[in-house]
Amino acid sequence: MSARSIATLARRMPGPATLHSRWKSPLRGPWLTSVFGVVLLVGIPIEFITGLVSWAAYDPRLAGNDTTPQHGILSFYLFNWVTSPSWLYRVSQGTHVLLGLALVPVLLAKLWSVIPRLFAWPPLRSLANLLERVSLLLLVGGAVFEFATGILNIDYDYSFKFSFYNGHFYGAWAFIAGFTLHAALKFGRMRRALRSRRFRTELTIGLAGTLPEAPIPGLDDPPEGSLVAAHPAPATISRRGVLALVGGGSLAVFLATAGQSIRLLRPLSLLSPRTQSYGSGPNAFQVNRTAPAAGIAASDTGPGWKLELVGPTGTTAQLTRADLMSMTLVTAELPIACVEGWSTVQRWTGVRLADLARLVGIARPTGAHVQSLERRGAFNQASLSGQQVRAGEALLALRVNGADLSPDHGYPARVIVPAAPGVHNTKWVTRITFTGKEVG
Amino acid sequence: MGWFRRRYGAGPLRLLSLIACLAFAGYVVTRILSGPEGIRILVWFAGAAVAHDLVLWPLYAVADRGAVVAARRYPDRLPRVPWVNHVRVPTILSAVLLAVSFPLVFRWSEPAYHTASGLTESPYLGRWLLLTGVAFGFSAVLYAFRVGRVMAEGGGQ
Repeated sequence: MSARSIATLARRMPGPATLHSRWKSPLRGPWLTSVFGVVLLVGIPIEFITGLVSWAAYDPRLAGNDTTPQHGILSFYLFNWVTSPSWLYRVSQGTHVLLGLALVPVLLAKLWSVIPRLFAWPPLRSLANLLERVSLLLLVGGAVFEFATGILNIDYDYSFKFSFYNGHFYGAWAFIAGFTLHAALKFGRMRRALRSRRFRTELTIGLAGTLPEAPIPGLDDPPEGSLVAAHPAPATISRRGVLALVGGGSLAVFLATAGQSIRLLRPLSLLSPRTQSYGSGPNAFQVNRTAPAAGIAASDTGPGWKLELVGPTGTTAQLTRADLMSMTLVTAELPIACVEGWSTVQRWTGVRLADLARLVGIARPTGAHVQSLERRGAFNQASLSGQQVRAGEALLALRVNGADLSPDHGYPARVIVPAAPGVHNTKWVTRITFTGKEVG
Repeated sequence: MGWFRRRYGAGPLRLLSLIACLAFAGYVVTRILSGPEGIRILVWFAGAAVAHDLVLWPLYAVADRGAVVAARRYPDRLPRVPWVNHVRVPTILSAVLLAVSFPLVFRWSEPAYHTASGLTESPYLGRWLLLTGVAFGFSAVLYAFRVGRVMAEGGGQ
């Protein structure tokens, strides 16, 4: 390439003036961006906290439960997961998924409203600018990554080919670093921008009265380049129209997905992954991993099935299903609540885990390791804490809604623990190893 | 202070917060890389920003610009009621619904879905099309209503 053609090319490269004048939308401006921003400023921390709660609910400190073993200091906040109220995980994880989905239109609108910043010219003005751009990669990459992996996971699409727990967990921490910095740097500007127009007045202005935002001196002026277009085109949609569209989008997504957590909305939930009907009957509710998929053969769960209990000094006990049925049975209404957000409350009947511990000589259990007949699969075992094993409604369930468990729901016996994440309610149980103080 | 601001481009508090943020993110990256899938997670993370900013946004921006230009060039022969938002709004609603359900709608995740639930993803394409139809149908009725009102007021051309 000759020197002359390089010079020609350089002249044709977008300069600050030409690039900035290409943005035409009369609606972009600090006020509109701040409206979307304030919604995310409330929503994203709720997402982050419910996400941390969900990770804690897996009790990662117990053997075999940790889905992200390289977490280092990121586990600093862990606490013993609770067993009461029994709906806690159901509500926190339902909130995490439904709110996350409803925020999708807001996130897209927010990104649209600030996209001119991405193409600001010159791309790097100073060292400060360079570092800020890297932090914006954490913010934008993190937001899109977290929302995308969340959506793919609840829709059973694992094409990202890494462990969802790993990616979503570490992605959240990288995202929240960028988010916190961004919120801190922009909070003052956001407040001033929000005060520059009245929300209620805005809702009265139709298309004809929709004019570009007035630049706010000292707030929205170069060198970063104003969000307000230099040469805006006439408005084709009012500002209130955009707000209604984004809010309506969130509402539509919410209504189309909420039924998997909120029973009342079930008839509207056409696009939620887990509201398809299982017909009618005591076992007609959501299955997570069917018996055939788990490789559970009828011969494994027939009359020959025995539950093995193991105590701390190698004490063992073998119980048939009839033995279990002859013990004191407890009935409890408890939810199955999945990390994917769906949940369902059913009436379970079974033997208290604490009563089983007593059979191998443990008066006060401090934990249990539950194993399934399932040979493969990440959740063919789970460790329960002492608090979980001792809970009055922590059961080895044999029946549900007055009938025997179906094969898909874990026949001959499954664990059900109040407030535990769904996958910790191990199905097709074959062995429970208890730890704790022996009866003395 | 002035010297620092000139050389660096912003105040010292900003620099300190940025370093804190990037150092923490660096720590998270070391955690990611200590796992077997580290590189793939990082590629997806960076790819997510690229996919939005350089693929998704340009595509929908061009499509929207096209609709606005078309609306300006081909105003309705009926009384002048702008039609562009009657296309925009249902399109965006339909697209957003698809964004949260596309693996189900296109049955891309059928094997995993069947393993988990014992069911198939066959209902979802029809359901999404139904919701899309309702959105466009409602928009069309509203448009007809607006045109009718302008005609009744004697607007016409």
